[in-house]
Order: sequence, then C-alpha cells, then structure tokens
Amino acid sequence: MARRENPEINAGSMADIAFLLLIFFLVTTTMNVDSGVSKKLSEKPPADYVPPVIKEKNIFEVNINRNNELLVEGERMEIKDIKDAAIKFIDNGGGIGKPGEDGSPGAACDYCKGERSDASSDHPNKAIISVQSDRGTEYGTYIVVQNELLRAYSELRNRLSKERYGVTFDELEESFKDAKKSADLKNRVESLRNKVEDIKKSYPQIISDAEPTS
Amino acid sequence: MSKFRKKKKGIPAVNTAALPDIVFMLLFFFMVTTTMRETNLVIENPRLPAASEIKKLEDKSLVSTIYVGKSKDTNRDGVGYNKIQLNDKISTADQVPAFILSKRDKIAEQLIPLMTTSIKADRESNVGTIIDIRLKLRDVNALKINYSTTTAAKN
Repeated sequence: MARRENPEINAGSMADIAFLLLIFFLVTTTMNVDSGVSKKLSEKPPADYVPPVIKEKNIFEVNINRNNELLVEGERMEIKDIKDAAIKFIDNGGGIGKPGEDGSPGAACDYCKGERSDASSDHPNKAIISVQSDRGTEYGTYIVVQNELLRAYSELRNRLSKERYGVTFDELEESFKDAKKSADLKNRVESLRNKVEDIKKSYPQIISDAEPTS
Repeated sequence: MSKFRKKKKGIPAVNTAALPDIVFMLLFFFMVTTTMRETNLVIENPRLPAASEIKKLEDKSLVSTIYVGKSKDTNRDGVGYNKIQLNDKISTADQVPAFILSKRDKIAEQLIPLMTTSIKADRESNVGTIIDIRLKLRDVNALKINYSTTTAAKN
C-alpha cells in the first residue's frame, strides 16, 4: 500500500488569533511602575490636644506663596538653594538632642559637621522642617520643594553612612532589601537592619505640613 | 523529451509556522510585565511632577489611587485642574472616606495598616485640593500616602 502523506494542518490563522490576544493585552494593561514621594500623615490629634512648645530656632520655616515663590526663614530664596539651606539647618548641632526613650539624657550631635551656631537647630532629632503653602500654590512646586528637602536628608544620611559603614545609605538600604528577600542571607538581615535604623535615627526626617494659608 | 521537461512549479509558500510562536512570545511578555488597568480615567492623563527621592509602590492590591486633574468632559464637570476622581467618576473630597472604607473592606485586617493611598495629581492642580484630600484621609486613618511622580535624575 502506498504510504499516505500526512496532510499539513493549516496554521495560518493561528498567528491572527495570537495577534488578537496580544492587541487585547496591549490595550487593557498598563506598564508603568508606580513610584512617588512617600509620606506618612500624622494621626488626628484629639480635640483637647495642646501642641508642645518648640523652640523657634529648631523650626525651619518654608513658605510657598500662591505665586510659587519661596520664603525660607523669612528670606526669599530660589528653589535650587533650599537644599543647602536645609542641610545647614539640620546639620547644625548647636546644642543637645532629645532625651532617649529609656530616659537617658540627650547628647550633643557628635557626627554633625555644621557650624554649631546658637541661632540654628540643636540636634537633627529636634530639627523640624515646617512647610506652609498657600491653597493656591501649584502642586508641582510643592512636590519639588518636598523633594529638595528629602534630598537634603538623603545627602546627610549618605554622608554619615559612608563614614560609619563605608557604603552610602542608598546602598545600605538596597542590600537590606536584598537580604530580606533571599533565604541564604538570613543572618545578615539583623545587622543590616540595625545599621539602617541607626542612620535613620541619627537623621530622622521630620517634615511637617502646616495649615495652609488661603 | 517530455519526460525531462521541468515540472511547472509555482512559488513555494513561505513557511509561517513560526510566526504564531513569535507572537505568543510577545503576548506572554506583555502579560507578565503589565498590570490590568483598573479604572477609566475621566480626567485628562495627569502630568505628574518629577522627583528624585522616590519609593516604588510594592503591592498593587494595597494601593488605592486618587486622581486629581482636569476633567475630560468640561461641560459636565466644569473647568479647572482641581477635579478629584474616585473610582470612575468625578467626586468631591467629602467622598474620599467612603472610597477608602470600601477599599478597606476587601482587604484582610492585618494588612490594613499597610494600605497606601497614591495621589496622582496634575502639576498644575492646587495644593488646597491635595490638602482637602489629606485631611479626609486622616479622618479615616489612612495615613500612608504616596504622591505619584515621574522619576527625575538624582544628582
């Protein structure tokens, strides 16, 4: 008997079907990775809450008016200068810091490289940056200012981390994340966590939003 | 003579059997790298501000997104950059707590503190609108927020 050849199956339309699916996914999905400036809001204060009195010199006041102009500590300033001004303020180390949670007395900032001026902040953990904006301020400007302030902190953190542990804070956090994910680095997690916490505690980010003017 | 005459031959068909494979490969790539769009934008795609000190939003299921920007349908919603979109429609800041609570219902209790609210606002919207939203978020204890931005170069 003659060998029957298998007839070839026509797969020409398979590509069409796959294309259809592909186009469906292209249309209905998004590819962007969501990222942005993270903030933690403070909890709602109770009705009878009296805010603690904070020394004037420990507050770094940033005002943004409705024309998107900056007033920093009572002086006009350009956005590009605000980072250096904030660094100068945070890193001043002019006095002693907050007492520890276990009741130990506050210590002077021994890692600060600022001018130790009496007119500026006592300690990074006392330094508060207060941003007040107008209701009519442009959101873009507000974010840029927040970003500059965060950059000031990350610059200080990177510097301190480099001094203490030889790597920048970004790298330190990165390796902490990696260690948390992978199973064979379990013993490193704790030591890395301590390092990260140490740097964060040395330069805590205290940026508060004051009630807006209208 | 005729025995040796060449057989008449058309152009052989190009073998396209590998084409579906390639397309499927593309398809899988897109299925893996993308996420489903969860809402239809009724505002114009917000032009996000740029920032360098940013964090990635890790778990999409814990993120609720609030859009702020200009409405596409200005006849119905009015003009201006301060329209708030919750779910699929333009809302006011007063509806933010209900929006957050409805999201919270779907999530296991121990994960509620990890929920993040991502605010995607247009650069030209006003801080006042954002602050209204923020006060409402504080009322329902949704304290983690993320101002969505594009990535700017670090320097």
